[in-house]
Amino acid sequence: MSKQYETVIGLEVHVELATKTKIFCGCSTEFGGAPNTHTCPVCTGMPGSLPVLNRQVVEYALAVGLAANCEIHQYCKFDRKNYFYPDNPQNYQISQLYLPICHDGWVEIETAAGNKRIGIHEIHMEEDAGKLIHDEWEDCSLVDYNRSGVPLIEIVSEPDMRSADEVIAYLEKLRMMIQYLGASDCKLQEGSMRADVNLSVREVGAKEFGTRTEMKNLNSFKAIARAIEGEKNRQIELLEDGKKVVQETRRWDDNKESSHAMRSKEDAKDYRYFPDPDLPPVVIDDAWIARVRERQPELQTEKLARYQKEYGLPRYDAHILTSSKHLADLFEETVKLCGQPKEVSNWLMTDAMRLLKEKGQEPEQISMDPRHLADLVKMVGENVINRTIARDVFEAVFTENVNPKEYVESKGLTVVRDEGALQSVIEEILEKNPQSVADYKAGKQKAMGFVVGQTMRAMKGKADPAVVNQLVKELLEQR
Amino acid sequence: MKILELTALELGRKIKKREIGVAEATKAALAQIRALEPELNCYVTVGEEQALIQAEQVQRKIDKGELAGPLAGVPAAIKDNMCLEGMATTCSSKILENFVPSYTAEAVKRMMDQGAVILGKTNMDEFAMGSTTETSAFGETKNPWNPAHVPGGSSGGSCAAVAARECFYALGSDTGGSIRQPSSFCGVTGIKPTYGTVSRYGLVAYGSSLDQIGPVGKNVKDCAAVLEMISSYDKKDSTSIQREDWDFTSALTEDIKGMRIGIPKDYFGPGLDSQVRDAVLMAAKVLEEKGALVEEFDLSLVEYAIPAYYVIASAEASSNLSRFDGIKYGYRAKEYEGLHSMYKKSRSEGFGPEVKRRIMLGSFVLSSGYYDAYYLKALKTKALIKKAFDRAFEKYDVILGPAAPSTAPRLGESLNDPLKMYLGDIYTVSVNLAGLPGMTVPCGKDKKGLPIGLQLIGNCFQEKKLIRVGYAYEQSRSYEEPELAVRVSESQKEEHEGERSAGGEV
Repeated sequence: MSKQYETVIGLEVHVELATKTKIFCGCSTEFGGAPNTHTCPVCTGMPGSLPVLNRQVVEYALAVGLAANCEIHQYCKFDRKNYFYPDNPQNYQISQLYLPICHDGWVEIETAAGNKRIGIHEIHMEEDAGKLIHDEWEDCSLVDYNRSGVPLIEIVSEPDMRSADEVIAYLEKLRMMIQYLGASDCKLQEGSMRADVNLSVREVGAKEFGTRTEMKNLNSFKAIARAIEGEKNRQIELLEDGKKVVQETRRWDDNKESSHAMRSKEDAKDYRYFPDPDLPPVVIDDAWIARVRERQPELQTEKLARYQKEYGLPRYDAHILTSSKHLADLFEETVKLCGQPKEVSNWLMTDAMRLLKEKGQEPEQISMDPRHLADLVKMVGENVINRTIARDVFEAVFTENVNPKEYVESKGLTVVRDEGALQSVIEEILEKNPQSVADYKAGKQKAMGFVVGQTMRAMKGKADPAVVNQLVKELLEQR
Repeated sequence: MKILELTALELGRKIKKREIGVAEATKAALAQIRALEPELNCYVTVGEEQALIQAEQVQRKIDKGELAGPLAGVPAAIKDNMCLEGMATTCSSKILENFVPSYTAEAVKRMMDQGAVILGKTNMDEFAMGSTTETSAFGETKNPWNPAHVPGGSSGGSCAAVAARECFYALGSDTGGSIRQPSSFCGVTGIKPTYGTVSRYGLVAYGSSLDQIGPVGKNVKDCAAVLEMISSYDKKDSTSIQREDWDFTSALTEDIKGMRIGIPKDYFGPGLDSQVRDAVLMAAKVLEEKGALVEEFDLSLVEYAIPAYYVIASAEASSNLSRFDGIKYGYRAKEYEGLHSMYKKSRSEGFGPEVKRRIMLGSFVLSSGYYDAYYLKALKTKALIKKAFDRAFEKYDVILGPAAPSTAPRLGESLNDPLKMYLGDIYTVSVNLAGLPGMTVPCGKDKKGLPIGLQLIGNCFQEKKLIRVGYAYEQSRSYEEPELAVRVSESQKEEHEGERSAGGEV
């Protein structure tokens, strides 16, 4: 490759909002549920039905927009996007084109070369479509409208990203921000966060953008990174061969690690957008914006600083703990119950992270009750169980959410401090190991360690090491 | 006593006094339907059995004192674009011929809560697109005054049914004159309320920003009472308006002294039938004699109303009607290959030519590259028309003019020349564009004996002024009913009785 190329990337991110009910009717947004059970005349497009806007959707969109430093269209409107497809019961989607709720914002990401601002072109509200199920066995298609009308926001970035790393950093930033706001759980796998990648390449130093393509069907950060790499190389190859990049929508196949064209600009649909006459404009007054601003929770950047200052945690630890709202909440709730922030942090940073890795899970999937973790921390602090036992108890708490007190009691794991009982065990071990006694007498301190170890093993780890040490020493001396 | 000759309120009073039973009134209306329907075809569906059951239930509630409204027990009809749970709602289209909704339109629900007995669903132009009720997929409705003529449209079935005494009152819907024009052609009274006064929930949309449900009755009094009953603020309709002056019947006074009435000169130019003009101006004179101040003025922009209306209504319709695709309900083509062909065939076979014409027109004006030139320009025109009315209402309480340029045309005359048919809406569409209330009151007949209607237009929320003026005018003349020349003989009646009771559908 003789020339140097630069990749230019912009993202369209769809986020399913965490409202209890749909955007234009009272049906539940709950995931799952038997097909077409969360439906009504409105979200199945029955004749004569009318949409009524769920104000919580506006609240969430405002919260995200304000967190992303956006301007707000205080007079915003819904438009109809017209296209025929069976998952779309009205054959138009209610969305926003002309006056989206938020516009001209930015978020900051960390890159190897320092912090960088990624521009937000706009954020608009819209409704999700239903789901088509193709039954190849019966040779028919079925449609489930449970998801029809679930609220979405679409966050459209400026073409400000230059690499897959920047894209991932931007997505992580959005995800974190939105999770912190409680506006969505942002699960890529479940589709509550979906990203389409607009990508073009150009020679370094060129002023004009190259022709871009849009990549769809990206279900994980890894797939996004691979798709960007693949598309960048595909476009560069075309240019190197003297061919042109065609403006088109492409579908990424992560198994094949390649993409294929879905439709080109020539057969791009004309969506015949126009203002939805069933929905009056949404007027957002200053007071409303102020209320949302006031309710904005502490976001990651602020939390990160506070953890270092208030809890004295190292930046690295604070970063990991705050990288998931769920993890940060668990941490804070636990500390509230048992204090010892460093101790709680250690459990989460080491054992919890190890277990997550083993299970291939995300921090969001931790189901541990903070009360249980707090009890565990307390029991260790009060020396009710020793640290070795505590790690097993933690695993049980983590995986099965057991009550650690009950667990320790039922399994008889409390530290044994009964000197009489310990004494007889140690005596027995000394009887069986006269060589160790002799070695000790000969001044070999190591021999004592062996006896202590044997004792701990005999006690199945439940003995208090300090007490064992003391007793072994005394008994050896007595011999 | 002839039950069918009573107005809705008169019947309501007699039912209350136990002089007439609800079932008795219902049976009388059903008998009239049986007798006249073969000729007139006012109804798409007659719910005979359902109506009789309802009549009994309503009677019981009246007896227990649970229903005391002025229209309790009065049999009525609704236009077939309003949903009624359990009864087919077809919009007079093949594409919805098998559609039975699981919910009831808010306006209809309010009516039934007040004890209305629903006789059935009235015929209309397909999806309310047309001015003659000839675009119905289930045959045209004929004008009770002369069955060789159309009843007007699109609420032709509702207006003809009231005129022919096949119900005591009816609901219609008005997107560009669909209540006022057929009321004029059928010699009945109809009100198109201010946009947002009657909930649109359950009304199958044609032009959502223009559609309003309104009453059709034998006189202004009945219409005021029905409007009072069906108006409401409805959370299910985001365009519904919270207002406090629902007591429309309080405006039924004859006193119009000092009221200022404006007559737009623009409404009396070429194209207006001279007999219609004379009748309308005569009515103005009557009002003047009763103390109103009547003067002519220039409204302006009248010629732009029709293009603006057809662009906006068709644009909205092209999107509103896209849900009829054969997937979820309604007509699906028997043979197709793949999704695209299923859409294309179902819609091609399910929609009639006028509906297709408007879907194409609407899709065109919303297409990229044309949106600004047509749709946006039409919206600007709409705003200017509203301003012209605002100026007029600074000077006048009510605007008076004809409801249509002529009396009812003969059957088969209109559809060959759609442009001419569209031009017939010249006096009505601007009222919808501006969201204003309008009312038609009968004011005479032409030489052929066909009714002429007077249109009264008010400023937003000024229905009461219309009702006052309409009611005052009405006192100067008696309600005329068509001599139902089409009335079939007794023997034929019996024959039909057998047919009807079997299916209950027309």
